[in-house]
Amino acid sequence: MLHGYAASLLEGLGVTITVALASLAIACALGLLGASAKLSRIAVLRWAAAAYTTVIRGVPDLVLMLLVFFGGQLLVNDLAQRAGHDAYIDIDPFIAGVLTIGFIFGAYLTETFRGAFMAVPAGQREAGLAFGLSKWQVLRRITAPQMLRHALPALSNNWLVMVKSTAIVSVIGLNDMMQKAGQAAGATREPFVFYGAAALMYLLITSVSEVGFRALNQRMAHGVRARSL
Amino acid sequence: MNFAAIADNAPQYLAGAWTTTQLLFIALISGLVFAVPFAVLRTLPSGWAWRPVWLFTYVIRGTPLLVQLFLIYYGLAQFAWVRESIAWPWLSSAWFCACLAFAINTCAYTTEIIAGAIRTTPPGEVEAARAMGMSRSTLFRRILLPSAARRAIPAYGNEVILMLQGTSLASVVTLLDLTGVARDVNSRFFVPFEAFIAAALLYLAITMVLVGAFHWAERRWLAHLRPRT
Repeated sequence: MLHGYAASLLEGLGVTITVALASLAIACALGLLGASAKLSRIAVLRWAAAAYTTVIRGVPDLVLMLLVFFGGQLLVNDLAQRAGHDAYIDIDPFIAGVLTIGFIFGAYLTETFRGAFMAVPAGQREAGLAFGLSKWQVLRRITAPQMLRHALPALSNNWLVMVKSTAIVSVIGLNDMMQKAGQAAGATREPFVFYGAAALMYLLITSVSEVGFRALNQRMAHGVRARSL
Repeated sequence: MNFAAIADNAPQYLAGAWTTTQLLFIALISGLVFAVPFAVLRTLPSGWAWRPVWLFTYVIRGTPLLVQLFLIYYGLAQFAWVRESIAWPWLSSAWFCACLAFAINTCAYTTEIIAGAIRTTPPGEVEAARAMGMSRSTLFRRILLPSAARRAIPAYGNEVILMLQGTSLASVVTLLDLTGVARDVNSRFFVPFEAFIAAALLYLAITMVLVGAFHWAERRWLAHLRPRT
């Protein structure tokens, strides 16, 4: 039915998952940075973080990706030329894609983590400090683990949106699942079959993730009193 | 930075912004028209009513918008009976396919938003309506839907912003929306920063207008839920 293109599609699936996971790592790092900036006492940091989340959430991911891909190309070559490097440098669509998606979802995770940090009762932090733990120990042993529990529902939501966003990296030429499906569709003239197959694989990723996050959520919710409505 | 090319193409940018706005509103309105009855079905107790709607929203919300767009625009052309049908003049037009894909997509998300709002109706309202002897259709028409519509406003505002960003995918199927114009200007003058930043600013402006409109709507229709000061 897939005319021998199944392996190629699976290869694309691997690229899609790699892009998603790499972007998630960047987004989490940026999200934590952004959240600490938003909660910081230094006004400049708060303003910078506010500008970051406002701008990113108001501009389509495709526009940002094209900006990073084409703009980055120009910038890198300009800098290289000034440094005395003559050969033309091509920006890798994988790097451009991962950086852009990570950067975008970092803004969403900033809000997630900020809310989650604020949801941890201040008394816990104070109790830790009163016991003589250092600031870093309080963060690592008390605030962060509990913050994660509050962040998990929104985190899983953002992950699902992010997986779907990775489809647009095919527009800048990365050979992810969409690109592979497009190639197979062109060669066999059966676009419905191959885009349909790609759709099913995305559905598979999102379904498996949902099950995984539900299990994780249950694990993290140990020690939370069940509340009956 | 050289914004001369952007200034020369300002009419194109405005035309692109207009195309984006049209795509957005066509998709939102047609999506909403179907989402309301779907949401009612989604909340009915009978499995024959809610299961098909659940499946529809599950599949659409679990796959990327880009795949849905490609399935409709490229995929349907695979079948001879589609090409020979009377709908072909529409289905072969990028404009119609983009509107259709966006409408189906936003319909699925809106269905879940409204269904969620219906489910969170305070039980007392339903009990009071039953005690007054209202039939189920009267209950939906007079109590559940008006009260759910108010509660759905904040989440629907988010969906509208996300849909605005989703319309940027129209540029992938050759339409000259705001992103399409930016890509065109970039390929003609090779000014990636200026071209995409101009588009991003226009998207931000549209986003601000929409956010403002929803703030106004919330103040107007959700005044009773605001925290008292």
